[in-house]
Amino acid sequence: MPYSKFNDDDLKFLRQLCGEDRVTARDQVGEDFCHDELGGTRARPDAHVRALSTEEVSQIMRHASERRIPVTVRGSGTGLVGGAVPLEGGILLDLSGMNHFLELDEKNMTLTLEPGVLLMDIGKYVEGYGLFYPPDPGEKTATIGGNISTNAGGMRAVKYGVTRDYVRALEIVLPSGEVIELGGKVVKNSSGYALKDLIVGSEGTLGVVTRATLRLIPLPKFKISLLVPFPDLRSAITTVPAVIRSSSVPTAVEFMEREVILAAEKFQARKFPDNSADAYLLLTFDGASQQEIDLACESAARTCLDAGALDVFISDTDERNESIWSARGAFLEAIKASTTEMDECDVVVPRSRVADFVIFSHELQRKHAVRIRSFGHAGDGNLHIYVLRDDLDEAAWKRTLEATFADLYAKARELRGQVSGEHGIGFAKRPYLDESLAEPVRALMRGIKSVFDPQGILNPHKVVE
Amino acid sequence: MNILICIKQVPGTSQVEIDEKTGTLKRDGVAAKMNPFDLYALETALRLKERTSAALTVLTMGPPQCEKVVREAFMMGVDSGVILSDRAFGGADVLMTSYTLSEGARRAGPFDLIICGKQTTDGDTAQVGAELAEWLGIPHVVNVKAIGEIDERAITVTVDLPDSEVTERIPFPCLMTVEKGIFEPRLPSYRRKLATADREITWLALADLNDSDPKHYGLNGSPTQVKRIFPPESHIERITLEGSPAEQAAALAKLLEERKFLQ
Repeated sequence: MPYSKFNDDDLKFLRQLCGEDRVTARDQVGEDFCHDELGGTRARPDAHVRALSTEEVSQIMRHASERRIPVTVRGSGTGLVGGAVPLEGGILLDLSGMNHFLELDEKNMTLTLEPGVLLMDIGKYVEGYGLFYPPDPGEKTATIGGNISTNAGGMRAVKYGVTRDYVRALEIVLPSGEVIELGGKVVKNSSGYALKDLIVGSEGTLGVVTRATLRLIPLPKFKISLLVPFPDLRSAITTVPAVIRSSSVPTAVEFMEREVILAAEKFQARKFPDNSADAYLLLTFDGASQQEIDLACESAARTCLDAGALDVFISDTDERNESIWSARGAFLEAIKASTTEMDECDVVVPRSRVADFVIFSHELQRKHAVRIRSFGHAGDGNLHIYVLRDDLDEAAWKRTLEATFADLYAKARELRGQVSGEHGIGFAKRPYLDESLAEPVRALMRGIKSVFDPQGILNPHKVVE
Repeated sequence: MNILICIKQVPGTSQVEIDEKTGTLKRDGVAAKMNPFDLYALETALRLKERTSAALTVLTMGPPQCEKVVREAFMMGVDSGVILSDRAFGGADVLMTSYTLSEGARRAGPFDLIICGKQTTDGDTAQVGAELAEWLGIPHVVNVKAIGEIDERAITVTVDLPDSEVTERIPFPCLMTVEKGIFEPRLPSYRRKLATADREITWLALADLNDSDPKHYGLNGSPTQVKRIFPPESHIERITLEGSPAEQAAALAKLLEERKFLQ
């Protein structure tokens, strides 16, 4: 797609619109804005603009569209697949400054806000009203706009679902600069194609989200976790479907292995409450009353013991939860600290096939002579598999990673899984998406992209092409 | 060897509300839990049990619902439990609490070693352990941060003092209070819950104690009274600086200079 070169007139336009303070150009753009959190995707924009209103976004898009200049939208830059990296240069449209809560509607239980609000601030804000925004991706400094763009999931997906399930309405600036509204504060909607749901997860390739209305639910006041030791990983993970069926659905079901726990203990210089078993499930239940969660726990505990669990440990206070979750929260950093570089595969497979997939990934360690670590969401089938570089040289690392990823994604396809559970496709995972989709499906996706963005100026080279 | 661990049921959240009129903690409707500091005492005892096969007993005082923390101690691996519960014990200050516990310990004992948490999260005095030892006439050591050798006659412990650490060998019988973090407390086990569901607990009322004079207990016997409890006033001054980043920076620098943080 031929783009126009960003020139001094374009820069002048942006500076007139947003002021000198909010526009940096070319070499002045900070290094941080040329990449995201993980992965080797890097590119420098011609201009970095901090927009503060829908009107500004609209004018920037209209200008970009008239001039055929690529635009890449960015929030906090916490993505993991290069989604917010401006591969063709052009304008990096930073919405992190559009970070206001606009309305909390207690009757309709909705929260309307700008896309730059951070996930961690949403939780705190709505809890003050006895309300709850359930999606819970690990990266709390991500923006809600970024969460919407990737259809982020997180640990509570087992019970509550993912970001898309909580988006009621969106205000979108189209690549042409037109502003549209999709959805509304309605619980049901059978009015034409579900464009709002299409925008969620489109990774900034179809339109720019400038306002969102989120669905909230009453805050569950009671919470309890069960840490369940098993003799081995397979017996732990194969118990999950039975646990989910046996009682009220757990909020989260995580699996963890002894070696990752030991790494976290070393990293944090603090002991985990138990490290005697090879594998663990961590189940969390929440509810409106103590009786409700006690019943759920009782039933889950019995199911686990029947399935061969060594015991079931109960974590029912803030201190106990903290001792478990602080370690759980440190897993990623602990694994990172144990190696020189790593890359991650975020596949999702049917719940019944999680054990097969994790055990397969373990076996790849021998085949490719590389260290592989995993932990994650056993309850929703979304796995985070980390391939560690250790002391491999650049060429060997690239080769090994490619071969390992090829095997992982092929296995996910065989198990009828999907390429990404929650991180998205961005740039880094595009080859794997291409492989996993049939040509007619890819053609539909390309068709959708060209209807929204005929000039291809929004986030070029991402998701599909 | 016999070890006694003193535990207490406290309000379940750390945000305890205070009734300013009566000066007491608002307990209605607040979930209860084991005092978090007592978990370290329990874990210390459980580690000693693994090394010496000691028999572990927990002792608590409170209304009947405090049975829950005794059951929880069973779920962690404690062998037996004693509950001091009587209306006459109600309203006890620190001195009367430690006296009542000492009477309970005499009835349930003798014990070679008594372990307490450093303090509670509701009363926060950190005095009950030391006073209990005085009532019983046994040596005590507080702020224990590590355990060394243990044999039939004594235990070696390391004590955390403000400017130093002291390692001491303390002869039995004795009492110690342990620091938070001495060990990471284990979680209650569901298997043990099933196994100990029918285990008998010893209930002691006023009439069961050697000294059964009601004037020596509870509010009646307490020489101190809480006159008023109130949250401390907070002095957080907020200043919002406005203007461009450069103007804000200049204003901040000026402010810091004026207040002599910068020279």
